[in-house]
Amino acid sequence: MTNHYCDLKNADVILIMGSNAAEHHPIAFKWILRAKEKGATIIHVDPRYTRTSARCDFHVPLRSGTDIAFLGGMIHYILTHRKYFKDYVVNYTNASFIVSKDFYFKDGLFSGYDQAKRKYSKDTWVLEKDGKGIPKRDMTLTNPRSVFQMLKKHYSRYTLDKVSSITGVSKENLLKVYEIYASTGVPGKAGTECYALGWTHHTTGSQNIRSMSIIQLLLGNMGIAGGGINALRGEPNVQGSTDHCILYGNLPGYLKMPVASLDTLEKYLHKCTPVSKDPQSANYYSNYPKFFVSFLKSMWDNKATKENEFGYNWLPKLDDGKAYSTMHMFDAMYAGKVKGYFCVGADTAVSTPNSNKVRKAMENLDWLVGENIFNNETYEFWRGPGVDPKKIKTECFLLPASASMEKEGSQSNSGRWVQWKYKAAEAPGDAIPVGEIEIKIMAAIKKLYEKEGGPNAKAIVNLKWDYLDSKGRMNVLKISKQINGHFLKDTVVDEKGVKTLYKKGQTVPTFGMLKADGSTSGGNWIMAGSFGANGENKMMKRGKDDPTGLGLYPNWSFAWPVNRRIIYNRASCDINGKPYNPKRKLLEWTGDKWVGDVPDGPWPPMADKAKGKYPFIMKQDGVGSLFGPGMVEGPFPEHYEPLEGPLTKNPLSGQLINPTIEIFKSDMDKTANADAKFPYVCTTYSCTEHWCSGALTRWQAWLLEMQPELYVEIGEKLAQEKGIKNGSRVKVHSIRGQVECVAMVTKRFQPFTVEGKTVHQVGLPFNYGWLFPKDGGDSTNFLTPTVGDANTFCPEYKAFMVNVVKA
Amino acid sequence: MNTSELIKVIDTTRCTACRGCQVACKQWNELPGLRTKNWGSYQNPPDLEWNTWTLIRFQEYVNDKGTFKWMFRKDGCMHCTDAACVKVCPSGALYHTEYGTVGIKKNLCIGCKECIAACPFEVPRYNRATDKVSKCDLCLTRLQSNQQPACVKSCPTGALSIGGKDKMMKAAYDRVKELGGDASVYGDKFVGGTHVVYILSEKPEVYDKLPKSPSIPLSVIAWKDWLKPLSLIAGGGVVVGSLLHYILHGPKRPDEDVSGDKHAEGGK
Repeated sequence: MTNHYCDLKNADVILIMGSNAAEHHPIAFKWILRAKEKGATIIHVDPRYTRTSARCDFHVPLRSGTDIAFLGGMIHYILTHRKYFKDYVVNYTNASFIVSKDFYFKDGLFSGYDQAKRKYSKDTWVLEKDGKGIPKRDMTLTNPRSVFQMLKKHYSRYTLDKVSSITGVSKENLLKVYEIYASTGVPGKAGTECYALGWTHHTTGSQNIRSMSIIQLLLGNMGIAGGGINALRGEPNVQGSTDHCILYGNLPGYLKMPVASLDTLEKYLHKCTPVSKDPQSANYYSNYPKFFVSFLKSMWDNKATKENEFGYNWLPKLDDGKAYSTMHMFDAMYAGKVKGYFCVGADTAVSTPNSNKVRKAMENLDWLVGENIFNNETYEFWRGPGVDPKKIKTECFLLPASASMEKEGSQSNSGRWVQWKYKAAEAPGDAIPVGEIEIKIMAAIKKLYEKEGGPNAKAIVNLKWDYLDSKGRMNVLKISKQINGHFLKDTVVDEKGVKTLYKKGQTVPTFGMLKADGSTSGGNWIMAGSFGANGENKMMKRGKDDPTGLGLYPNWSFAWPVNRRIIYNRASCDINGKPYNPKRKLLEWTGDKWVGDVPDGPWPPMADKAKGKYPFIMKQDGVGSLFGPGMVEGPFPEHYEPLEGPLTKNPLSGQLINPTIEIFKSDMDKTANADAKFPYVCTTYSCTEHWCSGALTRWQAWLLEMQPELYVEIGEKLAQEKGIKNGSRVKVHSIRGQVECVAMVTKRFQPFTVEGKTVHQVGLPFNYGWLFPKDGGDSTNFLTPTVGDANTFCPEYKAFMVNVVKA
Repeated sequence: MNTSELIKVIDTTRCTACRGCQVACKQWNELPGLRTKNWGSYQNPPDLEWNTWTLIRFQEYVNDKGTFKWMFRKDGCMHCTDAACVKVCPSGALYHTEYGTVGIKKNLCIGCKECIAACPFEVPRYNRATDKVSKCDLCLTRLQSNQQPACVKSCPTGALSIGGKDKMMKAAYDRVKELGGDASVYGDKFVGGTHVVYILSEKPEVYDKLPKSPSIPLSVIAWKDWLKPLSLIAGGGVVVGSLLHYILHGPKRPDEDVSGDKHAEGGK
């Protein structure tokens, strides 16, 4: 979240799209209801009417996988009706920047596309610079090559008629949402967006969110109380797991995993450290080397020296241009290239798309290690349905792990609040925290490498993992301090003329003090400041004071970065530092300092040409990106159909599907687009009563009693056509597999009219597996395709094609 | 709760049907979860049972303007002032507590099921295995320890609240005024007033299993006010129960229950 849960109450309009907030964030939903009770309008856009829709002002059904068309229409509306916040757009975004003459967009493709590689060269996706290397700008926004005019041109194709025909949303409903949401493009109003897996689980997932970022920038909704883009994260600590690099392309704190061609530290840092010639751009990532070297020091301590590039080459490298997502891992496993598998706290035989392929792939393993609080379908794959245990050679281990309430440590919520959590109960039997399991396994591996050597042995034998206490238990506090970072030698820091001596071993109070010379260590730079310099654990703070009255609660836990509660907050003020909305004063420049939330950097506002900085300090150019060349699909989001959909032609261009998605080609990766055998759009989701694959919740009788078995939700009209009665048993097929389940016939799914034809959509939860309960049904992911977002490889769980028949 | 007469308000317009209350009730009252089937609804178990004292009812409804609504209503004991169950209970198992709510002393229940027949809201449920009737007691022991009932405690959105009668009724009427339209307060105009009160967004008759004008059956009034005092002179509970049954139903056996012999799976 750019903002945080309590801040939702400050919004005037909340667009919930790509999220079923009431069902999946039932506690957080109270902040949305508080906004509603203060008079905010709450809108739910979703293929299905859910428990969220029931509590919103209104619900707008949209065909799965057409979010960019819907949002592109909103961009078009905002621009043509002049609903944007002009002052903000001119000063705080790259609207005024000039796009390279070589950049173009034609029939669904941007310049630089290589069809054979399904990839773009980004050489032309650049903004023009003057002789000094500073971006050229046209503050009148009239230059036809300005980002603003290019944006306008790009979305001019997203007319009401076109968008309605693609999305299946009536023109009346489109206008209703556009008008209400665009009303927040004034200084006194705030609009926010809540999304979750309904946006990320698409082949266009990242661009769904980019589309909304553009809208929020146009309306001046970024960096303000009640605004922002708010990803409602699922699992209580999933924010923490992402912050600590659960994704293959990341190192802790969103530093980049090196690729093989960057074979020296210098090359790597050169590649990853952005440069800006504009004196008013803070370009905060120019500090990248400080964060990265401190990370290397946290790994290898005094073994990481300047001479050995701080151990840079002990880090594993990704092959250039290759991806290593879960789908890639199972694809390689299916091809027999992966022989061992640690499955920690997951049930991939149920949760990964194309589960038939996943289960088949696991048969190629020599060994499997599970770490979990319960047994599940993954650990038991060798005796799953249709599997002959005699033919499986995999050696399987299941290590008992303690549950979240049975261990102490930090837990990060969606609002980036890192809260300390205390142990509530002892774990049963031999169960220990998974962290402790890893440390113990690594200690044993280290011993083996010390004795026998092996490839890249130094990376392992030099590892500083002294995290077990005298009783052999994981020392969580020590790890947390290592993550926060500390001084490796006595250091004098000069802050605005005040010199302070920090002794060797003291925790660093902010990432601003990390060094690239090896004199500091820090496991995750964004967590610096979770401890004070005196060792105070700020994650334990529980102060309820609220000096701004906006619900920032600055003394409740620690929020990264540096306890900032709303990021990009300098954008809540005009160029002189005066709040755009005095009624929701997040920050104000008082002439010599900022007052309110922890500001995005101490510099004066940008009107001060000598010392002032632009507000988006983490961006190279200091402004928000309407033109965003970071994405692999192009600088402007474009609508493409899902890999499997009901159409043979994209109504907007000649490019049917996202041109940059990777197409998996194993014999089990079949797809069926616009195929009469699979005529219905299908989507998958969870329910309030179960958690993800259900591996944790299906064992709980009270929860299972409420949602006992797999079901498919079908609209009344489709059910009537197919003669399917409510509560009867049906089979749902895709080209990849089938599941049998109960039909839930409902008014909450209505057919769409898409390109003049009726399109039905159905949906199933993915909470069930064969292990328990025995008659509860198996994985919905038998149906889903192995395909994902082109930037992140987040799988497409939300739009594919099926048939439904009576069982 | 340090108040004499308590009211629990169920604001259906704030309920997200998360069913935290349904689980919290089972947890606090140590009621087992039983194996169910999906019967084409989120509502499960399908009805109140001896092990399910509260339940969210899910209802798809299209109003006369053609607007679709998915309505959620937390069902359970209404804790009537003129409680038919208390009136008919021959053994004193059902009684009015110091808060005006209806408590149940399990050890005194003789399984006569008269309360089941008498309750206008179809709340009490019989368990054949134990030969006892059970229902919500609004977490009496929690109230006595100055704690909210488990359901109220679990509610994340403020749909459930509890407090002194005057304060709660005023809050309920204020809320209804704010909501406008067909919104109404349900509970204070019959059976002497209930201690569980709904804020409904639609007219009461729209809701499944919610009587528009609940009342105590005349036969119950006859029993309680005219005949029970006489019968008590005659002797113990079983005799009283038989006599009561004869008066209310004539000489036939009570209906067989439909539940009570399933076994629990998993956690509880």
